[in-house]
Amino acid sequence: MNLPESRSTADPAPPQTGKIAKHHLEEWRGKAYVYLCVLLLVVIIFSIVVFIASRGLTPFISQGVSIKEMLFGLKWAPEDDTPVFGALPFLVGSFSTSLIAALIAAPLGICASIFMTEIMPKTGKSVLQPAIELLAGIPSVVYGFVGLSVIVPFLRHTFPGQGVGIMAGAIVLSVMILPTITSIATDALRSLPAGLKEGSYALGATRWQTIARIILPTTMPALLTGVVLGIARAFGEALAVQMVIGNAPHIPHSLFESATTLTSIITLSMGNTTTGSLHNNALWSLALILLIMTFLFVFIVRLLERRVKRS
Amino acid sequence: MKAKTIDRIMTGVIVGVTILIIAVLAGLIGYLLVRGLRHISFDFLFSPPQTIRAGGGIGPQLFNSLFLLVLTMIITIPLGLGAGIYMSEYAKPNRLTAFIRLIVEVLSSFPSIVVGLFGLLVIVNKFGLGFSLFSGAMALTVFNLPLMVRITEQSLRGVPREQKEAGLALGLSRWRTITSVLMPVAIPSIVTGTILAAGRVFGEAAALLFTAGMSSPRLNFSDWNPLHHTSPLNPFRPAETLAVHIWKINSEGLAPDAAQIAAGASAVLVITVLLFNLGARWLGRVLYRKLTASK
Repeated sequence: MNLPESRSTADPAPPQTGKIAKHHLEEWRGKAYVYLCVLLLVVIIFSIVVFIASRGLTPFISQGVSIKEMLFGLKWAPEDDTPVFGALPFLVGSFSTSLIAALIAAPLGICASIFMTEIMPKTGKSVLQPAIELLAGIPSVVYGFVGLSVIVPFLRHTFPGQGVGIMAGAIVLSVMILPTITSIATDALRSLPAGLKEGSYALGATRWQTIARIILPTTMPALLTGVVLGIARAFGEALAVQMVIGNAPHIPHSLFESATTLTSIITLSMGNTTTGSLHNNALWSLALILLIMTFLFVFIVRLLERRVKRS
Repeated sequence: MKAKTIDRIMTGVIVGVTILIIAVLAGLIGYLLVRGLRHISFDFLFSPPQTIRAGGGIGPQLFNSLFLLVLTMIITIPLGLGAGIYMSEYAKPNRLTAFIRLIVEVLSSFPSIVVGLFGLLVIVNKFGLGFSLFSGAMALTVFNLPLMVRITEQSLRGVPREQKEAGLALGLSRWRTITSVLMPVAIPSIVTGTILAAGRVFGEAAALLFTAGMSSPRLNFSDWNPLHHTSPLNPFRPAETLAVHIWKINSEGLAPDAAQIAAGASAVLVITVLLFNLGARWLGRVLYRKLTASK
């Protein structure tokens, strides 16, 4: 066999050696394949970071754009004679849409998970859970389409402004991140030891008192994990937001005026710029900001999870 | 008395919120179906789109979506299974494993647009594959791999410990135990998870804008030679999928019936996702019964 270094060489009987070698070969082959897959995974993520960082850092290193200008500049005019790259409007757009979306979705999601675990577990499991899973499965462009044809006209008629803008984006995103928040909250509430609840009920507390004073405080870190993951998803969502936010590259005066997010400016401009130009590289810098935010969100989630484990 | 009143009010609020969520879902699906189904016909599903005239269909886009899904799954499933097996069976509880776990978590929370940009930079430009189905499939693999790894790992972990020990005690190699003892038990939940992941791939657009491209060359549906330029099976041609098409006609559609086409295409997309959802549950149950002799 072609595995002379395997341990089976110590075996005295030759026919048996063949058998054991086959056994080892099989194991070795499987192991090699599995390790290769994991190696690939590691290579992929490192190359994502390296490639995007190398392009995204170019404007700062060799093309004379300062990091301060990019982060706090108010004006984005990449095609002017003296191009200006102020990404603050996009940062404001991204943060405000995803935070407002989380403000809307978090109470709804947590209520839904309380309903599923404490109030009507049976109905929850047979009606609400499939509904939430279905919401999670609907593609983002479909959300964008519905947002554009239902929510934007509604906002335009109800509030002053064009309808498109941060509020429209936030509403669409809130429905999109609802499943994330709900499913994590539900897992957290289900894993709560029954003794805690029973103790509270035995003391004569009502269900709401038990929920508000025992269940929610104990599961708070886990609930927050869900909310942070929801925000992370909202922050990175591109097309649905791009369709309803209006794409005006300045900070809007109200929630119902056209705005832009990091993802939407990348989506819109990346195809129209030439590779290597300053404008193009500046867009890669925005992508790098997105990437760094992702790391930050994962970091926050890790911190919260550590608190869950400790308690 | 007061505590009980508050309890009742809050219960009412929670039930109300739940009803609201279900109403939103019902409204969403209802709206899509009511607006979209009117526009879906045989002709709409199979004819090519029109750029400026009304009456265009979504035939090539629908085909591209399905073909891309198949290509992606062919690449993703073996890699995901391999890495998932490593995570659940071979990984030792040490620093390295914790690091790999972190990597999978980070990869799964990357925004899909970032994955798409990576695809543009590396697969499309560096590897010189251009805007093509194959580039799109590779980008979607990056996007889908962490999910696949997690599905495999959780399914394998769900197998009772005794089964694995029995396999090892019989003198089977570890690999053999995994493939012939653990896998059959784990397959139903892997299949369910994979189909749900496939639904996600089917609706993904952001990662495809800059990898599979936003245009579809004229296809000749009578030419099935994968090497020909106009053949639908050629994996190296640019291909606009259904989800990308919806986005494109909403943001820059010139056809007078763009809104109807978007509605119809959205309905098709949602119906497909629904079918994936139902199919996944059904197939999971059937496989579980078949493979494990339980009722």
